[in-house]
Amino acid sequence: MVCRYCQRIIISLLPLVVSPLAAAEGFVPWQAVGDSIPQPLGGLTGDASRGREIARRKDLGNCLACHRLPIPEAGFQGTVGPPLDGIASRLNAGQIRLRVADESRRIPTTVMPPFHKDPTTLNQVADDYYGKPVLNAQQLEDVVAYLMTLQ
Amino acid sequence: MAKLLKMGMMLLLSPLIWADQPKSGYDYLQAETQAMQDDEFANPGMATVDMGHALFNTPGNNGRRCSDCHGEDGEKLDPKKIARYPIYNPELGRPFTLQQQVNFCWEEHLDNIPFVPGCTELVALETFVRNRARGEPVNVDISGPMRPFYEAGKALYHTRFGQMNMACYVCHDQYAGQYLRGQILTEGQTNGFPEYRLGSGRITSLQRRLEECLRSFRAEPFERDADEYIDLEVYLNARGNGLPIETPAVRY
Repeated sequence: MVCRYCQRIIISLLPLVVSPLAAAEGFVPWQAVGDSIPQPLGGLTGDASRGREIARRKDLGNCLACHRLPIPEAGFQGTVGPPLDGIASRLNAGQIRLRVADESRRIPTTVMPPFHKDPTTLNQVADDYYGKPVLNAQQLEDVVAYLMTLQ
Repeated sequence: MAKLLKMGMMLLLSPLIWADQPKSGYDYLQAETQAMQDDEFANPGMATVDMGHALFNTPGNNGRRCSDCHGEDGEKLDPKKIARYPIYNPELGRPFTLQQQVNFCWEEHLDNIPFVPGCTELVALETFVRNRARGEPVNVDISGPMRPFYEAGKALYHTRFGQMNMACYVCHDQYAGQYLRGQILTEGQTNGFPEYRLGSGRITSLQRRLEECLRSFRAEPFERDADEYIDLEVYLNARGNGLPIETPAVRY
């Protein structure tokens, strides 16, 4: 058995072990240039097939709530945002990245949620989501990679 | 010629005039759902009206009933007064909602323990009372002391909340008629509250609906009967001034 003193030390050290894991959930700062974020977040590479899944799922991207996408198995698709078929022939990766990360940078009255915005700029966030962006940096890059396949 | 010009001007301006008219959520329903709302026997919200009706005729701790003053079927209630809520309460220095008014009577005139705001019984009483004014145009007076609360509600309506960074106006002022997945967005008018939601299968008070909206923004809701909800109710009801009360409306 571990003595009480050692237990306390272990407990006090726990955050050091856990925090790098938590960082995967956290916000990765980005730089916008014009209407684009040219550099991938955290230098990560996106995976298009994972991105498709994130776009489809209601608990992740839920892109289909507002947009039409070539995901026929998804049933009802929203009409609030523009259809995204062929988006990659209209926008480049950097432009898509900014629109997904924080469209309100371009259009302050936008209906589109920011998927990777500095959480300290958000208002009255529920406990379960506090301090986290909707999608982490990897998930955001996955979605960008998927959308770039929609030529 | 002048007459023709005048008519032409009216025709030109009419879309602008129409654009300012609030549109009830009823207009976004499919025909069979409209028929369900209109039919007293098919409208599932009528069960709540009946429950409220029973409470309305239940003696309080002092033996008195709501119906002693207001009539067995609430026929002595003035629909015009019901349509004015929330009204300014000079003693509070704040707006008073219809639900708060019902709860006040329940405690003050029937000598009962007041209900917890938003509880089933209180919402049932509110639904019954507001149903008495069905068809009466909403008529919230925001000219006098109500003005600052209306403005506070309007500011909240335009405030972004939660991880989704969403504000009411973003959807309900800009995208009414569009679809979120399979669900149609309305103007977010309040003339049908408390209303029956087919999605959840239950009667929903305005505050519960606002809570649901805030949760969908991934925001922390306010406490029940918080000033924020009351101010929003003032703004939202006044925003729909002129729309007929539909309580209990049927919505998706």
